Amino acid sequence: MKFKVKSSWVVPLVAIIAGFVVGAIIMLIFGYDPIQNYGSLLSGAFGGVYSIGETMRNMTPLILTALGFSVASKAGFFNIGGSGQYLMGWFGSVIVALHFSNLPGWLLIIISILAGALLGGLWSGIAGVLRAYFGTSEVITTIMLNYISLYFVNFAVKDWLAGKGADSSPNIPAKASLRGNFLENLTANSTLHWGFLVAVLVCFVVWFYFNRMKSGFELRSVGLNEQASKYAGMNVKQTIIAAMLISGLLAGLGGALDGLGNFQNISVSNSLPQVGYDGMAVALLVNYSPIGIIFSALLFSALQIGGMSISVFSDTPTEIVSIVTAAIIFFVAIKYVIELLISKYNKKQKSKKMTIKQEGSGE
Amino acid sequence: MKKKATALLAATLMLGTVLVGCGNKNSSSSKGTKHTVALVTDGGGIDDKSFNQSAWKGMKAWGKQHKLSKGVNGYNYAQSNSDSDFTPNVNKLIKAKYQTIFGIGYKLAPVIDKSAKQNPKTNFAIIDDVVKGHKNVASVTFKTEQSSFLAGVAAAKTTKTKKVGFVGGIKSDVITTFEKGYIQGVHAVDPSIKVDVKYVGSFTKADVGNSLASAMYNNGEDVIFHAAGGSGSGVFTAAKDKAKNSNKVWVIGVDQDQKADGKYKGGNVTLASAVKEVGNSVKDLSNKAMKGNFPGGKVVTYSLKDKGVDLVNDNMSAATQKAVQQYKDKIINGDLKVKAE
Repeated sequence: MKFKVKSSWVVPLVAIIAGFVVGAIIMLIFGYDPIQNYGSLLSGAFGGVYSIGETMRNMTPLILTALGFSVASKAGFFNIGGSGQYLMGWFGSVIVALHFSNLPGWLLIIISILAGALLGGLWSGIAGVLRAYFGTSEVITTIMLNYISLYFVNFAVKDWLAGKGADSSPNIPAKASLRGNFLENLTANSTLHWGFLVAVLVCFVVWFYFNRMKSGFELRSVGLNEQASKYAGMNVKQTIIAAMLISGLLAGLGGALDGLGNFQNISVSNSLPQVGYDGMAVALLVNYSPIGIIFSALLFSALQIGGMSISVFSDTPTEIVSIVTAAIIFFVAIKYVIELLISKYNKKQKSKKMTIKQEGSGE
Repeated sequence: MKKKATALLAATLMLGTVLVGCGNKNSSSSKGTKHTVALVTDGGGIDDKSFNQSAWKGMKAWGKQHKLSKGVNGYNYAQSNSDSDFTPNVNKLIKAKYQTIFGIGYKLAPVIDKSAKQNPKTNFAIIDDVVKGHKNVASVTFKTEQSSFLAGVAAAKTTKTKKVGFVGGIKSDVITTFEKGYIQGVHAVDPSIKVDVKYVGSFTKADVGNSLASAMYNNGEDVIFHAAGGSGSGVFTAAKDKAKNSNKVWVIGVDQDQKADGKYKGGNVTLASAVKEVGNSVKDLSNKAMKGNFPGGKVVTYSLKDKGVDLVNDNMSAATQKAVQQYKDKIINGDLKVKAE
């Protein structure tokens, strides 16, 4: 029983450690120095204000795509469309920031962010409506919508936004940027922007929504048992659509913040942004807990940003970091095995104690 | 909830305490007068069989020449997995005290521009674009329209169907230069040959390159010139599939000699390669920087004349080779001007 309460954090912890151990073993097999590499990973992610700034900047979209994935998952849906919704959000925010550049800065920022979030929400809302009214599997529709968004955005950037011969839009006006002198000076010219604060704030909002609001309760209830929720008088269809809408809204917000803060423009992409998929891993590691996502995103972001340092300071290929990340996700996925091992360990301890007790009482 | 959060924090911190302090063992050993260089890729790795690989090859050759090794005391690369990696990659290399940093590809131009302003003591070079206004930035451009022209000549001389194709990566000035040069070359030989132009919309999608090229070959186009980076490997796959079914078709490679990519059991589909010696330019600039005459603030242009671009023969017939050589001489002499647009 003692371990049962704590198993919610034991599993991610064991998974993380196991992931690093696997990474170290692989490095040793191929003749690289794991201690040096993990050292440069760590200093690359947290060594100095600049690195911390980059790590925090990289956390921003991860947090939001992870939250988006969590909301859908709590309602029992597998929203794989985070990448597409993120891309739509990015596109929406940049196009509004470019188009309404005569508005005052604060208003421009707000409507650009809202436009991005709404476009992301709309995108997943399509999958939500299809699911609610026609029972279409959201897994398939969100994957397909990903590709539609990729090619639509590429087309739109190419044909509407980019100048002749260019493959990216012009930069957004400086007043619409989420970066600021204050943060740049604070973090030695890193790309950290105010969107980070928004992302952290949204974590608490989503926590509040899940735990303190009626509609959040309904959402979780539908996720647990659709039939029972219906019987209890909840509007299941509406909840499904709401869940998907919020999910996309959050991913779209991530795209908007990245667009206005990090990229400052939008360009033709070779492939879907990876951050949508990384967000799923971030959410899975902490079992969809909105507050846990902050820490989980910190870990993944540190791996990504710090991982770049590995090959700078040694001749280890950066792919090693991908192996560590993948190993962590793998161990999270097989958390059942970890739980089993823990419970076995507990039983052993218990039976040991019992035998000791019996022996004691026998005397 | 709270417990979970604190636990994760604890996990991160714990790893911190375990690992902090053991890093950077090799980094501060010798500081001598050696020059150190590094490059940042523009998406895709140094094994993209194209642009980045060619640049990295040149850097490795430079390192070998000066007996340097990969790492902070020699030469290195930083791989960008997405556009948001550009800035951190460049900054990491600056922090690791590399003295000359190459941005491989026009996508890095804005980042190089900004970093150059913030780090006036580091040399920067941008390949395929021009960054103006900094004394520490050298811009490197290639007259790829000239090599593409020769590719067009080779295609026109080889085609039997009077239909040839072009597969580009993402449509932008850098790539349309290839397209325009190619078309001029084809039409210089025979204006009645049709040139079909298609774009993948990506430099990393071999599958799309494959399906585009298959459709073009099925349409009777028997030579395809690709300027599509990693997507181009799909063009090779399509050509090889076609060739295995005894329909001989050809690919003209790009950026580096792609003869090896055209190999299949029973033959080779690579007609020629329109090479762009990014590697040589990297080597050249690294040497200049080492000697202290880095061409900062200048635009360095490489052309057929100085072998910065060229058409390498892989499987051309003697007659085709001769024609290519004739046009090459004309371009070098200045008798023939190839337009970039």
